Amino acid sequence: MNPDAWMTLLFAIVGGAVRVGTPFLFVSLGECLTEKSGRINLGLEGVLVLAAMAGFAGSYLTGVWWLGVLLAGFSGALLALLHGVLCSLPRVSDIATGIALMLLGTGLAFYLGKPLIQPQAAQIPSLPLGWWSASSQVQSALAINALFPLGVLLAALLHWGFANTRPGLVVRMAGDSSDAARALGYSVNGVRIAATTAGGFIAGMGGASLSLYYPGSWNEGLSSGQGLIAVALVIFARWRPWRCLGAALLFGGAGAIGPALQSVGISGGYYLFSAVPYALTLAILIATSSPRGSLRGAPAELGVSR
Amino acid sequence: MSTPRNWHASAEALLLPVMALAAALLLFGVFCWFGGRSPLEVWSILLRGAFGDAFSWQNTLQRASPLMLTALAVALPAQTGLTVIGGEGALALGALGCAALPYIMKVPGGVPGSAMVLGSGALLAALWVALAGVLRQWRRVNETISSLLLGYIAIALFKHFVEGPMRDPASLNKPSTRPLDASLQIGAIAPDSFLGDVHWGLVIGIAACVLFGAWLSFTAQGFSLRVVGGNARAARLVGLATDRLVVLACALGGACAGLAGAIEVAAVQTSANASVIAGMGYTGILVSFVARHNPWAIPPVAILFGGFAAAGSLLQRRLGLPDASVLVLQGFAFVCILGAEALRGRLVPLLAARPAFGVIQGKPAKPAQAVAAAEAVVDKAAA
Repeated sequence: MNPDAWMTLLFAIVGGAVRVGTPFLFVSLGECLTEKSGRINLGLEGVLVLAAMAGFAGSYLTGVWWLGVLLAGFSGALLALLHGVLCSLPRVSDIATGIALMLLGTGLAFYLGKPLIQPQAAQIPSLPLGWWSASSQVQSALAINALFPLGVLLAALLHWGFANTRPGLVVRMAGDSSDAARALGYSVNGVRIAATTAGGFIAGMGGASLSLYYPGSWNEGLSSGQGLIAVALVIFARWRPWRCLGAALLFGGAGAIGPALQSVGISGGYYLFSAVPYALTLAILIATSSPRGSLRGAPAELGVSR
Repeated sequence: MSTPRNWHASAEALLLPVMALAAALLLFGVFCWFGGRSPLEVWSILLRGAFGDAFSWQNTLQRASPLMLTALAVALPAQTGLTVIGGEGALALGALGCAALPYIMKVPGGVPGSAMVLGSGALLAALWVALAGVLRQWRRVNETISSLLLGYIAIALFKHFVEGPMRDPASLNKPSTRPLDASLQIGAIAPDSFLGDVHWGLVIGIAACVLFGAWLSFTAQGFSLRVVGGNARAARLVGLATDRLVVLACALGGACAGLAGAIEVAAVQTSANASVIAGMGYTGILVSFVARHNPWAIPPVAILFGGFAAAGSLLQRRLGLPDASVLVLQGFAFVCILGAEALRGRLVPLLAARPAFGVIQGKPAKPAQAVAAAEAVVDKAAA
């Protein structure tokens, strides 16, 4: 490959990191909020798919992209609410419920989204951050999803909120010691249901970014495991919102390698490159887990590492 | 030991899932009603499409046999307390391993050759899923997440090999591997009877469920597996090789799902192609949960969900419902089954409207704890 092709590849991966990473960012922030309250929601994979469909439907029917994003958030919140309520019942495991919601969310999305496979919907606009450059490659790499700055803002908000606001501290208390929360008169289940629902709303916006920005249409193969990868990302990010941002970009970059190579004409091993994010997630899980069991920074009530 | 508590427990074991499935069907009917379909018609088509005539029974049984094996892939690790959900990937690897064996060695024809290709698929998948168990025991990596990630990687490998190095140049529209030699393929059990083209996979599936159920109930090794699931610390204290048992359970589960994929290749598709990956691994998770991870309960549950899957195409043709309607029904069923857990231990007192003996604390999903707790209650009552 000549230097030009290398530059194209580099820009495609950098641009792809933001483009592919935006859904990861939202889902991992949503999961971060959920897990801080002491519950794990594996169902965010289902939330992501359902919200992608709902977002596309909302934008298609109203012609206004941000109404689509809102609808995606609300549909995600609704499914996550179901998770929160189910897990509050006695003897219901959050892992099993997550698997159930993965199936239910995907099923509902495929069912309701059947008529949406063909049409075009109003897309989320992109912000031309590459306006200063004459190179079209730089411009296209830096034209970023309008939701991405919102995600960064949200990460900052969560970071600040967990340390400095009453609701943030209550959520963390419910995650670290349900006894303490109960002693202070808070309903642990109530706090967890609220955190799970809010987390579902945030993750749902990531779904809208899938169907309304990149790839930018609704089809049944839209998400295959991005929601789940994001769950694993939170472990990697040690339950810190800022680190979720870094992790999401890293994974976006990994996910962009396959399409980027294709754009410079290398198409062999496409499926192998598409598996890179999963392999990377697994490698990171192995590296960050410890044989002793407890993970640094993990909410004490969380069952990820029993 | 015919205390009221025992009677309650076994009545509940049957009643709860039945009620949960009824609730799921009700929800599904209401869901379709919102879409402008008559719920009564939906239910009747579901029933007829699944169990209405010989043809639908054949369809149902065909779909049920891989479900039994993919359900075992969840149920066996669950005995040791692990939630492994990588069945879909293990199934793909099983299919790949089955189709790949003739590429790398000369396989004899007939039954020994069939056994070899099936075994090669099962072995490949067993090693893959065992990895999730190894990571769980030595690095404490959450096995639910790792098994699903391993599953996605397995599916990517499957697609890579089927559409790349192993692709049969003759398969133009649908990339496939070279078809298995006719002498290696698995045929129908009784082609001229009412069973039609139901193949030997059904027998293998039922036999696997029966044998693994017996293994868990009647052998020392099976029992120690359940001890690990009940209380890993106690298992370690009495000197059980916990790590090895967990990895063994994962490997056996993986082998079952791999066998399902291999049988799909040897009996249905004749070559490995994308049709093998049809969500049977995911449905198997649901089947295992409905059967409460009891291998003996898996065949009837698998037949029920195989029936729903079979009825899906009829729903599509008669009522114009999307093919995903079966997925919605499965999702409702899963949610209802989990919700029903909350009623365990309260159902019979609730129905009979009389006070319970005592409330059992802890999780009945773990047999050892539940038995200990139940005995404590009985002892207290006797004293």
